[in-house]
Amino acid sequence: MDLFRAHVLVCCGTGCTSSNSTKILEQFEQQIPAQGLDKEVKVVHTGCFGLCAQGPIVVIYPEGVMYYRVTPEDVAEIVSEHLLKGRYVERLMAPKTDKTSESSSANDSNFFKKQLRVALRNCGNINPENIDEYIANDGYQALGKILTEKRDPMDIINEIKASGLRGRGGGGFPTGTKWEFAAKVENDTKYVCCNADEGDPGAFMDRSILEGDPHSVIEAMTIAGYCIGAHQGYVYIRAEYPIAVKRLQIAISQAKEYGLLGENIFDSGFSFDLDIRLGAGAFVCGEETALMRSIEGKRGNPTPRPPFPAVKGLFGKPTILNNVETYANIPVILNKGAEWFASVGTERSKGTKVFALGGKVNNVGLVEIPMGTTVREIVFDIGGGIPNGKAFKAVQTGGPSGGCIPASLLDTPIDYDNLVAAGSMMGSGGMIVMDEDTCMVDIAKFFLEFTVDESCGKCAPCRIGTKRMYELLTKITDGTGTLEDIDALEEVALSLKNGSLCALGQTAANPILSTLKHFRDEYVEHVVDKKCRCHVCKGLTEYYIDPEICKKCSLCAKKCPVNAITGEVGKVAYSIDTTKCIKCGACIENCKFKAVKKR
Amino acid sequence: MGKQKMTPEEMSAKLDEVLSKFKGQGQKALMATLQQAQEIYGYLPLPVQRKVADALDVSVAEVYGVISFYSFFSLKPKGENAISVCLGTACYVKGSQALLDKIESELGIKSGDVTKDGKFSISACRCVGACGLAPVIMVGDDVYGRLTPDEIPGIIAKYKEA
Ligand SMILES: Cc1cc2nc3c(=O)[nH]c(=O)nc-3n(C[C@H](O)[C@H](O)[C@H](O)COP(=O)(O)O)c2cc1C
Ligand code: SF4
Ligand code: SF4
Ligand code: FES
Ligand code: FES
Repeated sequence: MDLFRAHVLVCCGTGCTSSNSTKILEQFEQQIPAQGLDKEVKVVHTGCFGLCAQGPIVVIYPEGVMYYRVTPEDVAEIVSEHLLKGRYVERLMAPKTDKTSESSSANDSNFFKKQLRVALRNCGNINPENIDEYIANDGYQALGKILTEKRDPMDIINEIKASGLRGRGGGGFPTGTKWEFAAKVENDTKYVCCNADEGDPGAFMDRSILEGDPHSVIEAMTIAGYCIGAHQGYVYIRAEYPIAVKRLQIAISQAKEYGLLGENIFDSGFSFDLDIRLGAGAFVCGEETALMRSIEGKRGNPTPRPPFPAVKGLFGKPTILNNVETYANIPVILNKGAEWFASVGTERSKGTKVFALGGKVNNVGLVEIPMGTTVREIVFDIGGGIPNGKAFKAVQTGGPSGGCIPASLLDTPIDYDNLVAAGSMMGSGGMIVMDEDTCMVDIAKFFLEFTVDESCGKCAPCRIGTKRMYELLTKITDGTGTLEDIDALEEVALSLKNGSLCALGQTAANPILSTLKHFRDEYVEHVVDKKCRCHVCKGLTEYYIDPEICKKCSLCAKKCPVNAITGEVGKVAYSIDTTKCIKCGACIENCKFKAVKKR
Repeated sequence: MGKQKMTPEEMSAKLDEVLSKFKGQGQKALMATLQQAQEIYGYLPLPVQRKVADALDVSVAEVYGVISFYSFFSLKPKGENAISVCLGTACYVKGSQALLDKIESELGIKSGDVTKDGKFSISACRCVGACGLAPVIMVGDDVYGRLTPDEIPGIIAKYKEA
């Protein structure tokens, strides 16, 4: 193999690709040979580094210098300065501030310091489209060892059990136990499935793993197949993830070429094949029984359990389903041992968890922390705090099935049980930070709109209940709600919890219940004082012009689509006729003196 | 999803190619067939549904049932430039609703509709996976991130000329 004195890593994760990193890659690939450096410097495209908000990101080793917000035009300078002359391009080394967040204290050393990358170990380090790089980083070692030693499947399952690994898709069910159930059912045909549906809007953990390290999932699914006695696997992945699908396809065909997938793997007599099935945008298909119906080509309606998939799953055969991140942990557990894995984390939650940190936080991106890290550490140390000097209000985890954690619980160590106790849940890893400008009633309504859309309609409590709660929330945010409506919300929530067939319905009320628990005063304000303190709910917000600040320029009046603003240029301060105003916001946007305000 | 337009004959030939690949495979191949058919036509009109049903030996009702269940499948054609505004949580919290409002008022149509000249259509989607760039919109396959409403007219203008 050639020895290179430097490696240029270009992030080709979704975030960076969206901001043009493929052009940057092309530029490096042209300019490095053009400068005669192609024998010395190697260009590698990788998966997500985690600091997506500062992308496109380029990292140069051995120095480990990270460049932010690189443009294709910057490449020539990086090549001639850094790679040829050894001088860093300082102007690209400081994290950029944003027009959406004026102050950024993005500090990359803090961002990475508190993280521990297990599931993401290869993301941003290797080229996901080259199996050799995965193999060079201990890839397929666990599988190879198992198959060449013909290790007893029960022995492997026991090791997974001992590691304490719990499902990362939301429920937190012990993975080893799940495998054990399926292993013990007698059947010639069994299936191994991977849930890459990633339904939580605003989360991109699973996508990043598949885009950055697809082989780890393939290796783990093959091991799972060996453990339970399955010879066919399916990865169910969202059609909205084209890059992940493509990289997974490449990885599968490379694995087949190397004999790591297919017939008689490692000459062990064990065969396992893997296929991809694309989802088509239905959140409920993340639920395990619905997902299996969808792979069968049917409408994704959940079916009652029991029978559990371990007994009767895909095509009526014993099946296990695990989340992408759950699988990504398996090879590491087997390489480093269950004991090592169990040494990380808390009493009942072992290992690490990946979160997609988003919303009102400086360092938006992908983070992986040891279980037991506090919410405060994630938001303020890793996340760099709230932009624009605003106050923290809450973080939301668990997506549409989850809830929020208020400032008073910032020191909660994150694990499955603590998050449930706080009125939220681990979920699959979406973590959205909200600041003082985020209206909690509006957020609850936002999630309910989502579940109304996504309820499959099979059972009445969910179909009707979500709709009813959405209507009540609409009333409250419109300003026509009453205190009785708040009580009614709680009542409907309860019947949904008890009467729904699947977890979508059972958990649909969580965003309401948790905001009611921690932010009841905001609900009461909406119905009693007819006030939305964040000026988010249009029905409760009034636009007005401060006559003291108004420079009588008439710009707002010109921009108002309904002629609600009157005044006289240079003479009479402008004012808004609230009976005409449709609250479009055009006047605020256009007033150069910030004279237009909301109340 | 190329930008160049195919003639109806070309589309029909392409569809036949796809159908011959899946012929007789029954329900389990339905999703994949529909996904590839939609890639050709941009949506799934009734004649296409009929051909798919025939090829796979399933009923048209079954095909329609699946199409109507999954939001990825569309029964209506989209505009030449399909604008899709991300209303995933990360984007919503960062103000993507205001982007949608602005696009609607700029184009004079509502989410779900197509402009009269067929140039634009608007839809809302849930997370395109570029949450790090929130708030995000997509025009066709192009992603625009870290947007504020006042940047919308400029983006639309780019596609008006094209
Ligand atoms: C409505 C609904 C949506 C779900 N969406 C997902 C998802 O997007 N990804 C996922 O891994 N699990 C999802 N789950 C959880 C799965 O049903 C299942 O528990 C999980 O994939 C099992 O894998 P694990 O044990 O490795 O977590 C969802 C569950 C429900 C009820
Ligand atoms: S709870 Fe809702 S999503 Fe689940 S089966 Fe019932 S209607 Fe469908
Ligand atoms: S918010 Fe819109 S409608 Fe109301 S006064 Fe301002 S510009 Fe006119
Ligand atoms: S996509 Fe490049 S850092 Fe996340
Ligand atoms: S929430 Fe908009 S891209 Fe993820």
